[in-house]
Amino acid sequence: MALAKRSFDAVVVGAGGAGLRAALQLSESGLSVAVLSKVFPTRSHTVAAQGGIGAALGNMDEDSWLWHMYDTVKGSDWLGDQDAIEFMCREAPKLVYELEHFGMPFDRNENGTVYQRPFGGHSQNFGERPVQRSCCAADRTGHAMLHTLYQRNVRAHTQFFVEWMALDLVRDSSGQVLGVTALEMETGEVMILNARATLFATGGAGRIFWSTTNAFICTGDGLGMAARAGIPLEDMEFWQFHPTGVAGAGVLITEGVRGEGGYLLNKNGERFMERYAPNLKDLASRDIVSRAMATEIKEGRGAGPHGDYLLLKLDHLGPEVIDKRLPGIREISKKFANIDPVKDPIPVVPTVHYMMGGIPANYLGEVVVPQGGNPEAVVPGFYAAGECACASVHGANRLGTNSLTDLLVFGKAAAESMIKFLKENPGRKDLPKDAAERTLSRLARLDNQKNGESVAEVATEMRRTMQSHCGVFRFPDTLAEGVKKIRGIADRASRTQIKDKSRVFNTARLEALELDNLVEVARASMVSAEARKESRGAHDRSDQYKDGDRLEYKPVHMKPLTARTIEPKVRTY
Amino acid sequence: MRFRIFRYDPDKDEKPAMRGYDVRLDPHDRMLLDALIRIKEQDDSLSLRRSCREGVCGSDAMNINGKNGLACITKLADLKEPVELRPLPGLPVIRDLIVDMSQFFKQYHSIKPYLINDDPVPEKERLQSPREREELDGLYECILCACCSTACPSYWWNPDKFVGPAGLLQAYRFIADSRDQATAERLDNLEDPYRLFRCHSIMNCVDACPKHLNPTRAIGKIKELLVKRTV
Ligand SMILES: Cc1cc2nc3c(=O)[nH]c(=O)nc-3n(C[C@H](O)[C@H](O)[C@H](O)COP(=O)(O)OP(=O)(O)OC[C@H]3O[C@@H](n4cnc5c(N)ncnc54)[C@H](O)[C@@H]3O)c2cc1C
Ligand code: SF4
Ligand code: SF4
Ligand code: FES
Repeated sequence: MALAKRSFDAVVVGAGGAGLRAALQLSESGLSVAVLSKVFPTRSHTVAAQGGIGAALGNMDEDSWLWHMYDTVKGSDWLGDQDAIEFMCREAPKLVYELEHFGMPFDRNENGTVYQRPFGGHSQNFGERPVQRSCCAADRTGHAMLHTLYQRNVRAHTQFFVEWMALDLVRDSSGQVLGVTALEMETGEVMILNARATLFATGGAGRIFWSTTNAFICTGDGLGMAARAGIPLEDMEFWQFHPTGVAGAGVLITEGVRGEGGYLLNKNGERFMERYAPNLKDLASRDIVSRAMATEIKEGRGAGPHGDYLLLKLDHLGPEVIDKRLPGIREISKKFANIDPVKDPIPVVPTVHYMMGGIPANYLGEVVVPQGGNPEAVVPGFYAAGECACASVHGANRLGTNSLTDLLVFGKAAAESMIKFLKENPGRKDLPKDAAERTLSRLARLDNQKNGESVAEVATEMRRTMQSHCGVFRFPDTLAEGVKKIRGIADRASRTQIKDKSRVFNTARLEALELDNLVEVARASMVSAEARKESRGAHDRSDQYKDGDRLEYKPVHMKPLTARTIEPKVRTY
Repeated sequence: MRFRIFRYDPDKDEKPAMRGYDVRLDPHDRMLLDALIRIKEQDDSLSLRRSCREGVCGSDAMNINGKNGLACITKLADLKEPVELRPLPGLPVIRDLIVDMSQFFKQYHSIKPYLINDDPVPEKERLQSPREREELDGLYECILCACCSTACPSYWWNPDKFVGPAGLLQAYRFIADSRDQATAERLDNLEDPYRLFRCHSIMNCVDACPKHLNPTRAIGKIKELLVKRTV
């Protein structure tokens, strides 16, 4: 079957923070651009970000991009690329100012400048003391940022394909990327969107786990599409557990609560972080705080009837501060934890939050793959930015506020690389004959499958397996068993059956197609976690490499662009 | 728990019908959205939009026992059985609980929902005092869920001509912004018997807004500015 085709200079898949920042750049440069999103742009999960955007503006106390860079490298447990980190930290202030010029409703200081709050792992003078670096709009920073970027795109007349789901990457025999296949939800129509340059900004994949702060739509589609097209994923063992998800609900309570002065208590009312991180205490980096919490729970100092959560105290901040700086948190606590934080502490547990790994990219947003002897050969026509990409600025552990920074900086950088590529490569290559083959066979399989399991059943099993075999603490035997299980589940996912066969807004079909991506991400994560026999950042295992069997990874860029290398040392906070 | 849900699939149904469901809930199921996901596990053809499950994305607005709201932050314990679920009123239904929101977004776009300021951009941020910034509270938080506009009788009758409460709230969000320079142009854009003046202050919109915003007040402020301008 031949599919209808539409052609553009550029296709952007994803309209979250990264996709919208890129789209703006592309639209304003006069190119023909199609921006696809599974949901109306302002419903992308960037909308849920709470705490802030990291940038060394120095509005509160002295700050410098070099300190921001140091904190990020240290936070990454020296697994982040120092060239990309330098680039991000240097560009950040400029992009935050620009966002302000676009109309972002930042909170303000008396002198009219943007208000900044302290956040975990961000420090002054190379780790000396906490610094106020997180630029925020109350605890609704992501909402404010996403709407502002969308609004600016309305001004730029960006062309959106809303409620279109990209299904597969189109590559030719040379490996060049020529667009995507996509499904229009309302009509069920499938099309090839042919592009001379394609950007993935599809966000995270927290839904591979049972309990996560991520939205239903965070299903790792970009990673699934890339992997199916033969592009290896990077650093997939590194999943961030955010210390403070609402126990039982998974909904996030921002680290900004601790930034504003809240702290964690165990069942004895002890402020236990003083033991684990004497300097930064509750504002140590997330991997450290989450492990401390898991240890408290494991050793019987958890609170609640089952001793399975800890308490986040903030009533001492007073109702004025809470209502001014953390109004959303108060709302969430009332709704999802049945408590009012003005009076009572919030029950919290470490909850899956952020994917440090992703589609391998360099600091220009170009996707890279190992080829011949080159570990980082550029894939022509293919770009990635935001949470789906691994630039890699977050390494083994991301610092809070650095994702929104990443979206702005690398969203824009990727768009600029695309503009340059389009200028230098004016022609349009022919689509391969089998451009839509993978997509069509996936769809046909779903239409014809009999006696398969339901999508919900397989997905539930995947989430439970990831949660129990790939948690905060990881063990060689459970990981090995996890690999076996997840391979079995991936196999079952290829035989799911849907009852709904309608063409119109068939959400059963969408969920089945999303499951293909989820299992791709789950399998990559479990296999990578099993293979990396060391503890690093968010990846904590009980064993170590034995002599000689250390794996060979894509080399970490230790050389920054202009700054001096930040040499590895023991990480304490 | 018992539900009655509006079902319509134009691909196979001649006309819409209410279908009954009786579903066993898990002790962790707290919100209406949790129950809908349970139902969907049994009947995968039930179609609805959802994403964030915490009331910030605006996807799952629907009519719940006669009142517009977001399924993900509506507590099951507060609902009378059988729970009646219908798509948002007044908008064309695409399928089941999914409505066509194009008209709603068109009205939003019509108010020029972006900051207009033609001064050369400064090197750093534009300054704004905390007082000036406070003017935006209660405005910028809108999640474009359409609960308000689809509860407004004036919007039902004139969805193509009346901007509706959501769009007007956003119009005022930019008028109220000390950084925006287009107040006159924005007021011109609204000075029209339909675009603004179809609002008769019935306040349905305030009642419906799941984010506790107050479009009626914003509309009142715009009307005040228009009056001030003519005297
Ligand atoms: C609750 C919460 C709070 C957070 N708070 C902060 C914070 O304070 N500071 C910070 O720095 N970070 C924070 N983070 C992390 C940060 O918000 C995310 O990493 C970031 O927003 C991801 O942005 P994105 O643009 O990469 O993707 P998203 O915003 O998730 O957008 C993905 C886009 O891709 C589209 N898409 C996906 N798949 C497809 C497909 N197949 N076809 C078409 N379109 C597709 C979606 O529709 C969507 O438009 C938070 C995260 C969460 C979950
Ligand atoms: S107050 Fe105005 S906008 Fe709100 S419901 Fe009434 S008529 Fe509609
Ligand atoms: S004003 Fe309230 S009800 Fe109306 S769209 Fe915005 S958030 Fe929804
Ligand atoms: S699912 Fe996002 S508002 Fe309900």
